[in-house]
Amino acid sequence: MAEAEKKVERPLSPHISIYSWQINMLMSIVHRITGAALYLGTLLLAAWLVAVASGEKAFALVNVLFAHPIGKVVLVGYTWALLQHLFGGLRHLLWDTGRGLHIWQVNALSWLTIIASIALTLAVWGTGLYLRGVL
Amino acid sequence: MAYRTPLARVRGLGSAKEGTDHFWMQRLTAASNLVLVAFLIVLLVRLAGADYATVKATLARPQNAIPLLLLVLSGVVHMRLGMQTIIEDYVHAPGRRIAATMLNSFFAAGVAITCVFAVLKLSFGG
Repeated sequence: MAEAEKKVERPLSPHISIYSWQINMLMSIVHRITGAALYLGTLLLAAWLVAVASGEKAFALVNVLFAHPIGKVVLVGYTWALLQHLFGGLRHLLWDTGRGLHIWQVNALSWLTIIASIALTLAVWGTGLYLRGVL
Repeated sequence: MAYRTPLARVRGLGSAKEGTDHFWMQRLTAASNLVLVAFLIVLLVRLAGADYATVKATLARPQNAIPLLLLVLSGVVHMRLGMQTIIEDYVHAPGRRIAATMLNSFFAAGVAITCVFAVLKLSFGG
C-alpha cells in the first residue's frame, strides 16, 4: 500500500518552458503578436486619415505626435510588424500548398522571414528619409 | 462510423455551418492585402514630409482613394478573422468569449467605417 502512494515520475509532454527554442516557433509566435499589434495599429491609419479629412490643424497635430520620439518608434515598429506579418503570411500561403515543409525548408523560410522584414523596414525608412533629404 | 447524414457530408459545412469560409476569407484577404499594403507603403513613403495641401490632394485622387478603400475593407476583414482566432484560442469563459467576439466585430466595423468616411470625405467633401 505504501508503494502506491509513492509519486511516480511520469514523462510530461514537452511544452514551451522546457522546449528547445526553434526559429520557426519564434516566427509563429511573432506572427500572432504582430497580427494583434497591427490590429490595434489600424487606429494609427484611421487617425491619420481622419486628421487629413478634418483640416490643417488636425493634420499638424497628428504630425507632431508622429514626429515625437515615441511616435517615431511606434511608426518604425508598425512598419516592421506589417512587413514581418506580410512575409510570415507569404510563408503560410506557401505551406498551404503543401510545399516547403521539410525541416530545412521550414528553418530557411523562417530565417528569410525575419531577415526580409528587417531589411525591408530599413529600406522603406531609408527611402523615406532620403526623399526628404535627411539621408 | 459516421453519424452525419449524406446531405450534411456533401455540403461539407461542418458543425459551425460555415464550412471553410473562415479559412478561405483569411487567405483571400491575405492575397489582396499583399498588393494593397505594398501600395500603402509606396504611397506613405512618397508623402513623407509633404505639406497638408499635397497630402489632401493626393488622397483625394481616385487612383489613390480606391486602393485605400480596398485596403481598409480587405484589412479589417482579415484582422477581424485573425483576432477571432486569438479569442477562440485564449478566452474560454463563455460570457467573456461572447463579449470579446462582439467587441472584435464592433472594433473592425468602427475602424472600417471611420477610414472609409475619411477617404470619401477627401474625395467628395471638397
